[in-house]
Amino acid sequence: MDLTIAALLTQDGVTNGAIYALLALALVLVFTVTRVIFVPSGEFVAWGTLTLAGLQLGKAPGIVGLLVGMAVVAGAMEAWRALRAGEARRLPRALALWCGIPFVVALLLWQLAPLSLPLPIQVLLALAAVTALGPLLYRVAYQPLAEASVLVLLIVSVALHFAMVGFGLWFFGAEGSRTPAFSSASFTVGAANVSVQSLLVIATSVALIGALALFFGRTLYGKALRATAVNRAGARLCGISPEFAGALTFALAALLCAFCGVLIGPITTIYYDSGFLISLKGFVGAIIGGLASYPVAAGGSLLVGLIESFSSFWASAFKEVIVFTLIIPVLLWRSLTTHHHEEEE
Amino acid sequence: MQHWPRLLVAAFVVVLAAVPLAAPQFWVTLGNYIGLYSIAALGLVLLTGVAGQTSFGQAAFVGLGAYTSAYLTTHYGTSPWLTLAIGLALTAFVALCLGFITLRMKGHYLPLATIAWGISLFYVFGNLEILGGHTGMTGIPALSVAGIDLKNERHYYFLIWIIVLAALWATRNLLDSRPGRAVRALKGGLDMVEAFGVDAARLKIVVFVYAALLACISGWLYAHLQRFVNPTPFGINQGIEYLFMAVVGGAGSVWGAVLGATVITLLKQVLQDILPSLLGQQGNFELIVFGILMVLLLQFARDGLWPWIQRMLPRPRMPPVPDAAPLPARERSRVSGELLSVRKARKQFGGLVAVSDLSFEIREGEILGLIGPNGAGKSTTFALISGALALTSGEVLLRGESIGSRPPYEIARRGIGRTFQHVKLIATMSVLDNVAIGAYLRGATGVVQAALKLDRAEEARTKAEAARAIVRVGLAEHTFDAAGSLPLGKQRIVEIARALACDPALLLLDEPAAGLRYLEKQELARLLRSLKAEGMTILLVEHDMDFVMGLTDRLVVMDFGEKLAEGAPAEIQRDPAVLEAYLGGVA
Repeated sequence: MDLTIAALLTQDGVTNGAIYALLALALVLVFTVTRVIFVPSGEFVAWGTLTLAGLQLGKAPGIVGLLVGMAVVAGAMEAWRALRAGEARRLPRALALWCGIPFVVALLLWQLAPLSLPLPIQVLLALAAVTALGPLLYRVAYQPLAEASVLVLLIVSVALHFAMVGFGLWFFGAEGSRTPAFSSASFTVGAANVSVQSLLVIATSVALIGALALFFGRTLYGKALRATAVNRAGARLCGISPEFAGALTFALAALLCAFCGVLIGPITTIYYDSGFLISLKGFVGAIIGGLASYPVAAGGSLLVGLIESFSSFWASAFKEVIVFTLIIPVLLWRSLTTHHHEEEE
Repeated sequence: MQHWPRLLVAAFVVVLAAVPLAAPQFWVTLGNYIGLYSIAALGLVLLTGVAGQTSFGQAAFVGLGAYTSAYLTTHYGTSPWLTLAIGLALTAFVALCLGFITLRMKGHYLPLATIAWGISLFYVFGNLEILGGHTGMTGIPALSVAGIDLKNERHYYFLIWIIVLAALWATRNLLDSRPGRAVRALKGGLDMVEAFGVDAARLKIVVFVYAALLACISGWLYAHLQRFVNPTPFGINQGIEYLFMAVVGGAGSVWGAVLGATVITLLKQVLQDILPSLLGQQGNFELIVFGILMVLLLQFARDGLWPWIQRMLPRPRMPPVPDAAPLPARERSRVSGELLSVRKARKQFGGLVAVSDLSFEIREGEILGLIGPNGAGKSTTFALISGALALTSGEVLLRGESIGSRPPYEIARRGIGRTFQHVKLIATMSVLDNVAIGAYLRGATGVVQAALKLDRAEEARTKAEAARAIVRVGLAEHTFDAAGSLPLGKQRIVEIARALACDPALLLLDEPAAGLRYLEKQELARLLRSLKAEGMTILLVEHDMDFVMGLTDRLVVMDFGEKLAEGAPAEIQRDPAVLEAYLGGVA
């Protein structure tokens, strides 16, 4: 290995690591606020890429139908709850929220898809479609089980991962897709050839992480989510609805995942089932941070990206094995540094 | 009708045996797969349904069993029976390592680690040339039993189902035994099992290894049935499907494994026929149905399908517990003097001093009351003695031996039995089984003995001991009732019976009168007096002054983490400092 190759691998590793870091943040966010281990995050990433790829071809992807279907189910669940609680007057607002927004997104997608709009608008459309799915998934699948154990929520997550992989195959087909690079320019720094695309990915990740930090540090909603993460019952007593916190968390997480999808699309060919491995790499990063610390999770993800990139050079066939075996020493270290018994909930 | 269950099992076995004799080939093949899946799912029933842990790595352990046998039989001509033993040893080693690393931490690290391990192993299988890569290995020899070659699927069917039945039998035995009760109690919280001497982390590892070994056997059978292996059936998706089987069937009963394996296998068969033509595409669309089905099941019927079937079956009537010799008991010291002494015990949570250099002792044969206003540090003191919390400084001595800051299961071993302020019984288990958990330390049966039913003599003595404790506290008529069906007052008494079953030298009671009605309190007081008359030493942490005044020999009063007063109840009632603390200086 010479310096040029090392520089190239580092650049690849940092670029992928930046994407995994975004994903790891989404996973930590979802876990701390809702105790859900968000396994289907990978499918959100893949659907971000594949929806954008579909829009490039001028097709309204099948995700439109799923949005409408889940909105109808969520609306029915809200209606049922409102009627049972005798609060029919709150129903219109709930329906506007749970059915109205997804319907508008679906309609936009359906109408604008064949127009071959410029790339940035297509990116926005793909982000909107995937983001809208997040809260719907929370409302339909997780919210009825919000008080269940972490274990039950994890099994739900895995079941949803299964279902979404199946839907992904149905909507996007078995062929992989790549989205066009945002920029094909590159320049040379010393021995290294730096691509503008990589810089864009890293810059976007850093900007999103900064935006998240601002959101959590400065806004009321961000503080409400942090409060819920620290103490759900206490936050509830202060008037923060756990349902609202859950839905908002899933919207944010879905948005982050969709961003990952858009960023990773030009780098790797994404298939309907590529998401799982991507999300697990995010998890390795998040676990390095104990599913609790944002900065350590981001750092861990960067490490995952670098290890992946270098092991693909030395032992390409075993790159997944190396990345996932990394979790063992990490867990061992955490296990040895955990002194007291950690009780479930 | 106590023989109902046996008749049903016999009918099930007859139907099973009829399949290869009468049914077409298709059904025999399906039956073989259901059998293989049942064995792997059974491990998850124990791990997920009973012990409350979960693993997505079951398919990887199946693969380990299959590949070990495939590689050794094809490359070295090793006997398949020897490769089974090697596979089991290898599986046990891997499961021990994974379990040791993850099971000391929160419950979600094990499933995450097993996902990573499952994927890693899949890629190792697929990329190692000596294991045939993604195309796999062929030419695995058939098994032969007593000179009969099992090349025919119809013959192999018998081997598979004999092993399934043996695994069901062993697992059922295990659940109804000393280690099994402890496993079932894990869901009631680690505090509770550890208070009765169970090393919970070790027990969880044992269950995980047991589940992995079942998976390994399933894989070994698979390799010699197919006589060909490739990585696909051992991937993470299959691992997830095993978990689905356990959850669909009903993760609380061994029969749930067979039911779940049957339902999922048949459903998959049907869906793979229907869905592609329905959607006009080829693909694994049964994933969608499985995923949605699981979410619905967890939302509406979290215990799976087996309880529905069980409700239709007649319930066997339980025979009375036969009497048996007592379990070994602790030697009672007849010397009077101090049994337990707390010396300058201190507990700080950050800047908050919950217990500040507290000292007192408990004498043999007395009832000592520990009282004080809310927030005085009584519960913290209780936790320091029982080992639920570690001391910041100071000492706790039991008969001169330091027990402070030791884990609860070691403190239990030295003769301290306790109850919980918030009742911690396993609601679905009978009163008898709940109380028998208390006798855990007085038995020695291990997992292997229990699974092979070699523990019956000790088990009879344990049950008899538990039954005696139940009679002693006056709950004989509830012996076989589910603990969760009793009113709170009686549940508290069951907790005392459970603590008695461990034959304690010192009984720690954490607010036993809380939430009891007047008559129940009188019952409880009578019980505690009779225990004292039999020589029991009792520490009572209590709120209820009337209850404490009439019952205890001495009182220790705490306020703001410190000892305010100590003495006979009558003295304490006149103590000005105590009156100040309780009545705010009115006196």
